Amino acid sequence: MAGPMKMRATLVGGTTAGAGGTTEIRVLMTHPMTTAQSGQALHFIQNISVKQNGKTVIESEISQAVSRNPVFSFRIKGGAKGDKIEVGWLDNKGETNKIEGVVA
Amino acid sequence: MNRLRRTLLGALAVLLARPFAALAAWNENAFGAKTPQDALKGIGAASSTPSKDIVIEAPQIAENGAVVPIEITSNIPGTSSLAVVLEKNPFPLAAKFDFKEGALPFVKLNVKMAETSDVRVVATASGRHYSASREIKVTIGGCGG
Repeated sequence: MAGPMKMRATLVGGTTAGAGGTTEIRVLMTHPMTTAQSGQALHFIQNISVKQNGKTVIESEISQAVSRNPVFSFRIKGGAKGDKIEVGWLDNKGETNKIEGVVA
Repeated sequence: MNRLRRTLLGALAVLLARPFAALAAWNENAFGAKTPQDALKGIGAASSTPSKDIVIEAPQIAENGAVVPIEITSNIPGTSSLAVVLEKNPFPLAAKFDFKEGALPFVKLNVKMAETSDVRVVATASGRHYSASREIKVTIGGCGG
């Protein structure tokens, strides 16, 4: 079943607010990501969105070819410590989950 | 009276279904395609120009096809989307990422590969498509997972 998510968002390279750094986001989703080939019911995440301070910066569509318990890394130009990052997903059965954190 | 109630209920159902539908945009046509060509056609990128500015980092040999790490960076200015196509998988299109204002055209993900295959990445920038590919050898296929 779809379980908890984990996320880490860190500012790399920049010193203080917005000084040319990169916000690195690493997110883990607990999900079976089963294929039809496995003989189980097809159950996989289809949509992922990444928001920075409430504004969508990355939208993704994925297939059952993404590994079980997906881990993704994303990068946002600039950003500052304390920025709010939210990552959410929606699967083919309509289940959803999201995680919110701040850039450290 | 009954008809009015039905109309109101119908309108309510449409309103309730709306946000979900907006969230659930998933390109069934492209993801359901069984050849790389059809998958790329499905995302509107039937033809693309080869580019050395798309960097694909992945192991040359993946012992376990169930978890193959792939890291992609596009150095093409204005890259707005990246698509990952695993050419010999039953459904080749694995993922598509759209980068809005502020996001860098970079992604790292783990995929399942059925067998040794080329991994093709198509980057879209200012409405034009560019591609690069790289072979990954798979010792044990990973589509049973």
